[in-house]
Amino acid sequence: MRITINTGVCIGSGQCVLNAPSVFTQDDDGFSVVRPGREDGAGDPMVREAARACPVQAIEITED
Amino acid sequence: MTETLSFPQDRSCPYHPPTSYAPLRASGPLSHVALYDGRTIWAVTGHAEARALLIDQRLSSDRQNPAFPIPQARFEVARRLRTPLLGVDDPEHNTQRRMLIPSFSLKRTAALRPEIQRIVDELLDRMLAQGPPAELVTAFALPVPSMVICSLLGVPYADHEFFEERSRRILRGPTAEESEEARLALDEYLADLIARKEKDPGEGLLDELIAERLATGALEREELVRLAMILLVAGHETTANMISLGTFTLLEHPDQLAQLRADESLMPTAVEELLRFLSIADGMLRVATDDIEIAGRTIRAGDGVVFSTSLINRDEAAYPAPDELDVGRSARHHLAFGFGIHQCLGQNLARAEMEIALRSLFRRIPGLRLAVPAAEIPFKPGDTLQGMIELPLAW
Ligand code: HEM
Ligand code: SF4
Repeated sequence: MRITINTGVCIGSGQCVLNAPSVFTQDDDGFSVVRPGREDGAGDPMVREAARACPVQAIEITED
Repeated sequence: MTETLSFPQDRSCPYHPPTSYAPLRASGPLSHVALYDGRTIWAVTGHAEARALLIDQRLSSDRQNPAFPIPQARFEVARRLRTPLLGVDDPEHNTQRRMLIPSFSLKRTAALRPEIQRIVDELLDRMLAQGPPAELVTAFALPVPSMVICSLLGVPYADHEFFEERSRRILRGPTAEESEEARLALDEYLADLIARKEKDPGEGLLDELIAERLATGALEREELVRLAMILLVAGHETTANMISLGTFTLLEHPDQLAQLRADESLMPTAVEELLRFLSIADGMLRVATDDIEIAGRTIRAGDGVVFSTSLINRDEAAYPAPDELDVGRSARHHLAFGFGIHQCLGQNLARAEMEIALRSLFRRIPGLRLAVPAAEIPFKPGDTLQGMIELPLAW
């Protein structure tokens, strides 16, 4: 699994962080970023919930 | 032909959707409703359909589009004056929202928690010293978010009676004239405050916007005034209603309250469930700018659309036993804060305020109860944000 965030559309809702804090965090300006080294989802089952919760569907999950 | 149901309608119980909406619930994810001016628009009540439509760029929030549905005469003013954020589409919306995102980030909100706790503690100290009884809206539910948004924006709380009363009239009128008069007064107040701040800067978000955006020409003065108004009004009226109605609802569900008191770690889930269950902002509006196929129907360009959050958040396909309050359930993916690019900017601030306010209220006052029978307590009509008008409590 590979996670990418389209930061151009992120509205800083924090939904991804609230759902899967082990994988997502917000930078100092409040935009979402994937925690370094967690781009593969680190086996967190909540990653898909986080992507579903994103109000602007900015989180893309691709299977390798 | 049967008459089209009018929208919005008053709730019969402050925490349930209007019983008169039953036909909407029964008739599938999309139906038709009639607005005050007789116009028929689409009403979306299905959860999956609402999610799909709220991220669809073919639905516009532009209130200046002549086809935009207006639910009350007093909101017609939005056709004349451009509403920043809430009333604009991308790319304009994205530019405005990005200016504000850093001030509402999870980190900034977390940093405000001690200040929120201090405000809550002081108000409860005063309420306990003066009562019982107490009227929760004026003693607690309104001052908590009002003090917090003042401190965040840099608006003097000493002026709270002025702006709270004007905000209330902008939202509730009842007449279009009263609403317009209140809007003009608040507009003038904020323009004046901004002018004073330019000479004598303070430390709030408005001061930052003046220094970084107004001074550089990125924001027009009029735009900043209207933005300030949205932030001030949306920042206190909404959360105040959630605190008053949330308290009433928990007191009316003693088993749920007992569960929450026994395990305070449930508070964040309980707040999400209250947001879902109460859906105080019941009726987000949009206009279609192109034809949209959804659930076997076609929304035509120019059609108006209303999203009834109270029904969407009780869609059986999304939540089992949706009409039951269950503070232990996962109410994830509720649409009480909306969905799509306009999803509430202040949602994480509101979550922090609700958690701290409700936890402290029920912890500090174990014997809290309604001071008069529930049926005698007035709540807001259906054409505005839902909540209690008064909440007399005893302990
Ligand atoms: C529990 C309390 C609250 C509820 C239920 C609530 C609800 C909502 C909803 C449903 C929307 C979306 C409207 C739409 O899509 O047309 C919204 C947007 C907004 N809310 Fe809240 N809100 C709350 C608290 C707050 C607070 C504390 C603030 C603080 C400033 C705030 C500021 C805003 C703003 C600025 C927008 C417009 C965002 C945009 O268009 O990008 N709200 N809110
Ligand atoms: S959920 Fe989406 S919009 Fe919200 S912070 Fe995460 S990526 Fe950004």
